[in-house]
Formats: sequence, C-alpha cells, structure tokens
Amino acid sequence: MTKDRSLVQIALYAALIAALGFMPAFSIPFLSGVPITAQSLGVMLAGVMLGPVRGSLAVILFLFLVALGMPLLAGGRGGLAVFYGPSAGFLIGWVLGAFVAGSVMKATGERNVLFSAALSAVIGGIGAVYLIGIPGLSILAGLPLDKAALGSLVYIPGDLIKVAITAVVAQTVARGMPSALLSRA
Amino acid sequence: MISLYIGGTSWAHRLSARFKLVTLFIISLLFIPFPQYWFSLGLLVLVLSAYASLGERGLLALKVVRPLLWIFGFILAFHVVLGSYAEGVAVVLRLFSMVLIANFVSITTPLEEMMDAVEPLFRPLGFFGVSTRRISLAVALVIRFIPVLLGLYASLQEAYFARTGKRNSWRLLAPFALHTLKMAEHVAEALTARGGAEGLPKRSGER
Repeated sequence: MTKDRSLVQIALYAALIAALGFMPAFSIPFLSGVPITAQSLGVMLAGVMLGPVRGSLAVILFLFLVALGMPLLAGGRGGLAVFYGPSAGFLIGWVLGAFVAGSVMKATGERNVLFSAALSAVIGGIGAVYLIGIPGLSILAGLPLDKAALGSLVYIPGDLIKVAITAVVAQTVARGMPSALLSRA
Repeated sequence: MISLYIGGTSWAHRLSARFKLVTLFIISLLFIPFPQYWFSLGLLVLVLSAYASLGERGLLALKVVRPLLWIFGFILAFHVVLGSYAEGVAVVLRLFSMVLIANFVSITTPLEEMMDAVEPLFRPLGFFGVSTRRISLAVALVIRFIPVLLGLYASLQEAYFARTGKRNSWRLLAPFALHTLKMAEHVAEALTARGGAEGLPKRSGER
C-alpha cells in the first residue's frame, strides 16, 4: 500500500460522504417526514472499506472541510456552526464510528465479508456513533440521557437500511475488486 | 468553490481569521460559568446586530438556523414535558446564539484564510511524517472528487433510465462502487507517476 494510494482513498471516502449529502434522501414510507441523511452510510463505508485508521482519517478530513466553511452536510449545512449545534456529538461520533467499524472488520477478518461488514456497520456506524452522539445531545440540549436517546431512536430504521447497503457494497467489492477492500488487504 | 463565505469589506471581514476563531472559542467557554438565559439573550442580541451590520446579505445569512428549528422545537417540547420550561428556553437561546456566532465567523472568513489560520496546528503532524503539503493535496482531491462522484452516479442513472424507465435502483450500487474505486486507482497511479504527493516539482512563484 503506497502512501499516495492511501491519500487518494482517504480523499475518495471523504468526498463520498460529501456526495451522499447531495443525494435526495431515500424515501422510507413508514417514516415519511423524518429527515434521514444518507451521509452516515459514507461513514460506515469508510470504516468497513478502509479499516480503522484510514477510515477515521477520511471522516476527519470531511469534517475539516465542513469546519473550513464548506456547506457539505445534508441540507447544505456547514461551517463552524454545526459544531455548536445540538447534533455536534453525532459528527464527532462519526470519527469513532469509522474507527470502530474498521476495527471490527479487521478483527473478524476470516469471516464472510457480508456478515463481517454488517456487524462492523452496526457496532461502529450505529453503536459507536450513538455512544458519543446521545450524551452530546443530552449535554447540549440540557436533557436527561434517556430522553436524548428516545429522541434519537427515530433514526434507527434508516440506519439499518444503511447497514444493509454497506454490507452489500462491501461484498460486491470483495468479489469484483478485492484489492480495494483495504481493511482486508 | 462552494463556500458559506459572503464577500465584502466590512469590519468583520477585516478582522484576522485567527482572532475570530480564538474569540469564538473563548465565547463558547464563557457558557460554562454563565449558563443563565440572560447571558445567551445578550449574546443573541449582539450577534444579531453583527449580522445586521453586514447589510441585507447578512440578514439573509440568518436562514442558517432554519433546518435547526424543528430540533429546537423538539428540545423545548421535551423540556415542557419534563417541567423544566425555564431551562429549555435557556438551552435553546444558548444553542441559537452559539450557532449564529460560529456561522458569523464562517460567512466573514474566506476558505483560504481559514486554511492559513489553522495551518500551524498541523505542523506537529510533521513529526509523524505528515506534511502540510499532503493535507492541502487531500483537501484539493476531495473538492475535485465530489463533482466526479455525482457525475458518475448521474450517468449510471441515465443509462438505467434508458433501459428500464425507472430513475433509481439499488442495482446501481455495484457498478457505482466498482467504477468509483477504479477511478481512484487511476488517480493514485497518476499521482505516483508524477512523483507522488511529496515530490511534485515546485514551480516558480509557488510557496
């Protein structure tokens, strides 16, 4: 793995997270009305495909561009303001999420890719992200922890769809272009 | 380049980026000793007048809070249910003023100045073999990749529409993933062929 290839891959997944913010949200019939961003799909993919270190670097690079003032979060949000808003904890949680997803992917290296990627996306992309996001919301909004968790529950169905997509994409890449599944390389 | 920045020559534009970032940081720390609602309210009045001082475009920039309104409503509703109405108001005022102050820094500081202001923070990374040059290249690559990815997906969608009459499908995921990764491999090869991230020859006039 050359340094140049690492750099390009990190930039690619940072761009993917940004590009997902431009995609029209997946419409979920039973939850219409709740805004669901596709961006955490990019976070799951970064961790699962790139492994812990490069995966979290991709998320950090994306957040850096947002902080510099580019409106790259879904709905055209961005700038320093998002790091002072109520969901700031979730953005920081993305970094840990990609790291944990990558670590789980590595630790389950001998398992089938579909299973391993789904497990990584659940533990990292949902578990670790909410682990930071919910206490963050609780502190910033002055709400008790259980109420903050309750308010975040509406996103779980959307997250599960993203887990499924992550697993399918990882499986596809493992078959079609195994060298690009860097977490397994 | 896409950015929140609003061009101008106001007093806020003339302040140095570093000064604005440090001020923002200090204000955000002040909420720890002053959690009361009157402190947030005072700041809110100050920051609203700062936006107003930028003229009409400054006032238009206030729309940044629009996507947050439903979250604020949700937070207030929870506090009302819990019986902590006063705290709910204080919290929402605090979030309102903080988001607006932070956004004020973003709209009055161009991206390049912001980048230059934070550059010294990256110097310690040189210790681990990460040069500021590599970081700049990574930023440039992301900015270039975003439209490429969107274009790639759009062309797949177009071909799919021509075949099936449908706009979107999960079936596009696999070709999109493989096309994208192939493209990234080409970019990496091209980068290496040109001397790599560190070895790009310096042109005259370049820093």
